[in-house]
Amino acid sequence: MSAVLQTVKLCKSFGALTVAADIDFTLEAGARHALIGPNGAGKTTFVNLLTGRLAPSSGSVALGGEDVTQLAQAQRVKRGLGRTFQINTLFGSMSVLDNVALGVAERRGTAGKWWRPANSYAEVRDEALELLASLGIADEAPRRVLDLPYGKQRLVEIAIALGLRPKVLLLDEPAAGVPKVESERILEALAQLPKDIAILIIEHDMDLVFRFAERITVLVQGEVLCHGAPDEIARDARVREVYLGESHD
Amino acid sequence: MKHPVGYNADARLRWTEWLPWVLAIVVFFALPDYLSMGARVLTYILFALSLDLILGYAGIITLGHAAFFGLGAYVTGMLSVKLGVTDPFLQLLASAVAAGVLGLVTGAVIMRTHGLTQLMLTLAVAAVCLEIANKATHLTGGADGLAGVVVAPIFGMFKFDLYGKTAYWWCLVILFAGWWLVRRMIHSPFGASLTGIRENRLRMEAIGAPVYARLVLVYTISAVMAGVAGALLTQTNQVVGLNVLGFEPSGELMVMLILGGVGRLYGAFVGPRVFWVAQDYLAKQFPEYWFFGIGLLLVIVVLFARGGVLGICDGLLAKFRSMRGGGTA
Repeated sequence: MSAVLQTVKLCKSFGALTVAADIDFTLEAGARHALIGPNGAGKTTFVNLLTGRLAPSSGSVALGGEDVTQLAQAQRVKRGLGRTFQINTLFGSMSVLDNVALGVAERRGTAGKWWRPANSYAEVRDEALELLASLGIADEAPRRVLDLPYGKQRLVEIAIALGLRPKVLLLDEPAAGVPKVESERILEALAQLPKDIAILIIEHDMDLVFRFAERITVLVQGEVLCHGAPDEIARDARVREVYLGESHD
Repeated sequence: MKHPVGYNADARLRWTEWLPWVLAIVVFFALPDYLSMGARVLTYILFALSLDLILGYAGIITLGHAAFFGLGAYVTGMLSVKLGVTDPFLQLLASAVAAGVLGLVTGAVIMRTHGLTQLMLTLAVAAVCLEIANKATHLTGGADGLAGVVVAPIFGMFKFDLYGKTAYWWCLVILFAGWWLVRRMIHSPFGASLTGIRENRLRMEAIGAPVYARLVLVYTISAVMAGVAGALLTQTNQVVGLNVLGFEPSGELMVMLILGGVGRLYGAFVGPRVFWVAQDYLAKQFPEYWFFGIGLLLVIVVLFARGGVLGICDGLLAKFRSMRGGGTA
């Protein structure tokens, strides 16, 4: 399989504090990859470096074989990099449909048009509705997004990102703050995502991680501790020490 | 509740949206002695509309919008007094272009900033423009302003008369064009994306939206509208002075919009009227402290009626509907 996303010696420092240190990471096409690590390990920082929200101190990011290190966030999105956020970042006063349609319209290149009413772009509305249907929340389309339960808001987050038709989807704790029942629903939705999308998920819910991921990378204090298949990671004494404080000596 | 704008919203004209225009025509026939003042009100509505586009829809906070209004006003004045250009269309066009260029140049810098920095920069632009107008006396007349602005008859037929009839219709037609443009824009995908930027800039960037470019664009469009409003003011008053520039007109405009209702399109139509009625009443009752009254009114609106007068109307309408719905259930 070929790499759709790759970082080479990616570093980020804020003064004396290094939050990402020489991270070499590869995401294969169609991968189901998880990034785990204790709080403060630098997982969200790593995602921000990948998306261009943060500029790296050194190192490079390649997307589909193209070096995108110097590209702005919007340009990376156009090249197929989508993301969701750890904390919901939705358009609060808008309907669920409008939230998703904004992303679809950006991808289709109609978002800058000002002559016709937004609701006359049937293809944008229909695609947004299809996305909502694929995640099982089409009935919620006309509701104000902030009136939805938190779990469904997380699904809207994913729907917005899917509206960009990404080649790579970065999911930053999609089940954070969600009750168990709803996190099951999120897992189901993730399992049904198209196989051609490579997914990198950051998650603290280990049950979800081990059920979803085919490969796992463990990040500790901004450095890659190890990576491998879920059973290898589960057996790794260093990982147990990081999470449970057990010594592997 | 605020009328939603976006892919889920009905962009068709509602009958209530014709009311301001019907009212404007009624005023023309019912209050012929107040047409000059009416033209001034229409001018300020256009000015407020331009602010609503950036403040209400794109979330750009500015205390310097009078820079564009004032520039538009002075360009028309200087064209007439200094260069003898009296064609009303040419004056409007030149004012629009000048304000647009200023909007583009300053917007390119200001839209790179946020919050307090952005606010201070807009204020600085207005202050610089005021000072230039004050010092460049050979062009602007300085503190004395420019008097004797001449505007040729529209299409060579409609002369600007003493009673303000032509000025009133002229301002009404230009305002209608401005309203139509803004309404079209806010219901479009571009308008939806502006609302998206106001609501969550971070997310808009994450979906690949060129946020900065869109903000500069809408800021420039708004500047053009404000410049046209300024030109109308000069054409109808036939004089232009320093009072069109600086912080005071910018601040007053924002107060007007807040009183009417920000981000509601028609708040711009209501706000200036509410402001001037309140100002007139308070100035009569408390000649020395009338601005205190305006301040108090603003505090009350901000604390208890954040949607302004239109927000109060919407709330009452929603209550009435729910009561009627409850009665029939």
